[in-house]
Amino acid sequence: MPVDIEAKVIRNTRLSSDYNVIALAAPEIAAAVAPGQFVMVKPGRCNDPLLRRPFSVFEILRDNGRVSGLTLLSKRVGVTTRMLLDAVEGDVVSCLGPLGKPFEPVDPPAEAWMVAGGVGLAPFATLTEALVERGTSTTLFYGARSGRELFYLDWFASRGVRLVLTTEDGSTGERGRVTVPLERELQNADGNVMVYACGPEPMLEAVAHVSAKYGRRSQVSVERVMGCGMGGCYSCVIPVKDQTGGHHYVRSCIGGPVFNSADLVWD
Amino acid sequence: MGLILDLSAQIGSLKLANPLMAASGCYGYGVEYADAVDLRSLGAVVSKGLFLKPREGHPPERIVETPSGMLNAIGLQGIGVHRYIAEKLPELRRLGATNVINICGSTLDEYVELARILSDAEGVHALELNISCPNIKEGGITFGCSLHGTFDVVKAVKKVTNLPVIPKLTPNVTDVASIAKAAEDAGADAVSLVNTFLAMAIDVDTRRPKLSNIVGGLSGPAIRPIAVRMVYECRRAVKIPVIGMGGIATATDALEFMIAGATAVQVGTANFVDPFIWTKLIDGMQDYMTRHRMSRLADLVGTIDTSTQEKQWVSS
Repeated sequence: MPVDIEAKVIRNTRLSSDYNVIALAAPEIAAAVAPGQFVMVKPGRCNDPLLRRPFSVFEILRDNGRVSGLTLLSKRVGVTTRMLLDAVEGDVVSCLGPLGKPFEPVDPPAEAWMVAGGVGLAPFATLTEALVERGTSTTLFYGARSGRELFYLDWFASRGVRLVLTTEDGSTGERGRVTVPLERELQNADGNVMVYACGPEPMLEAVAHVSAKYGRRSQVSVERVMGCGMGGCYSCVIPVKDQTGGHHYVRSCIGGPVFNSADLVWD
Repeated sequence: MGLILDLSAQIGSLKLANPLMAASGCYGYGVEYADAVDLRSLGAVVSKGLFLKPREGHPPERIVETPSGMLNAIGLQGIGVHRYIAEKLPELRRLGATNVINICGSTLDEYVELARILSDAEGVHALELNISCPNIKEGGITFGCSLHGTFDVVKAVKKVTNLPVIPKLTPNVTDVASIAKAAEDAGADAVSLVNTFLAMAIDVDTRRPKLSNIVGGLSGPAIRPIAVRMVYECRRAVKIPVIGMGGIATATDALEFMIAGATAVQVGTANFVDPFIWTKLIDGMQDYMTRHRMSRLADLVGTIDTSTQEKQWVSS
């Protein structure tokens, strides 16, 4: 059951000129959230922005073992993300959640390969924790524009996640797209692998394509323009295959945001 | 000892526990919100617009935010009336919701057929006729934009149902009050207004419309003063109840519509922002009633005082 919390900003860490990690005192949501679920966020009470915006929950915060809040990884693209970038400790951010269908973590001996593009890193911290708990061997393929926009590498490494990094400018890791090393490794892997992806839709489509090519299932977290996050407005639809060979529009807020990529029609 | 506060609202033969209704197209089929909200706390849930058959709606992008508002061009995606009755209505009955079903047709016969089908279904409390969706080409709004079209569809539906019939009017006409009058003359039990204002937004970098449908309907606080004016005009033109909507986000907004002449109000866009808005609106209205020593909220309807303005008008 989703709840709406007027959450105080605990701290706001700027990672670059565009990226920040904002910590919110919303323990009720943090305690209930599953990896891949999201919250609908609105900073301030004004009419600009009017609607909330969806964010994957990034980290669950704990204070002496007690869940104390959550963080969001945000990249400045519009009014809401600008306000989240500029928010200071004590500001209030409305936070509605948890919402949506989560990832399904796999158990050993299957391996988990996570593929993140830019701000698409967001759902993979909570997924990593769920996978570590299961003892599942985990790899993160992580691509960004440059090395300055690859974040939390130590966080993932310290939890035993194997990192494969790519940048568009070649400043860190391999130059080029994150799907290139993914395809190379899928080609050579012989075990059971579940692929998880979050990032720009062309990346998700490429991940779905190469995963299927090498006989692996993939779960993708999509981002569509969302009005309410509750299934009320029908704005965030994505085409999903149906039994008749056609497709129909499914609301990504309640049918997703995580989908088995084999079910999606890429438009 | 406080007053006993009566928030009920009468729409034809239908008595609502309070005047707050979830607006069509803004609340799915109602069941989506049942985990978060007790649907009995709403005066009524108005269903997403239903055709006889399922519809896919428009491709994304379907919404875009604009100053204090939003444009939508969903295109009436829906499961159709038969699946609604089979899959949604039993759940809504179990939840104790008061169900107003919004129906849309491409032809007059389709409205009649929908009204027939829904009149036989258990748990349907009223019909709202969607003759005002700006986002689809066929039917619907062509009825709502003409006096004869409005009269004919209301008359035809009234012939086949005993349910209260509430045509939902478009603001995209020269004189909405005359459309309301045509609906009343045809036997409508109430009118609801306003549907969204036809509008558009363009991305200047790509020079492309921001909606796949190019144009869409504007809703939200941006339209509220226009909607209040239209409710006021309709109230003066007809004796049947007027159900007001357009950008209501607070109890004050809802009360403004009621003073202008709305017997009940619908909330749409604000529910997207705050799905828990209903209890806040009720609390705010109860505070107002207590402050104004008012025991029946219905006594507020149409009580706008224009005496000073009228005097000025006469003397100038």
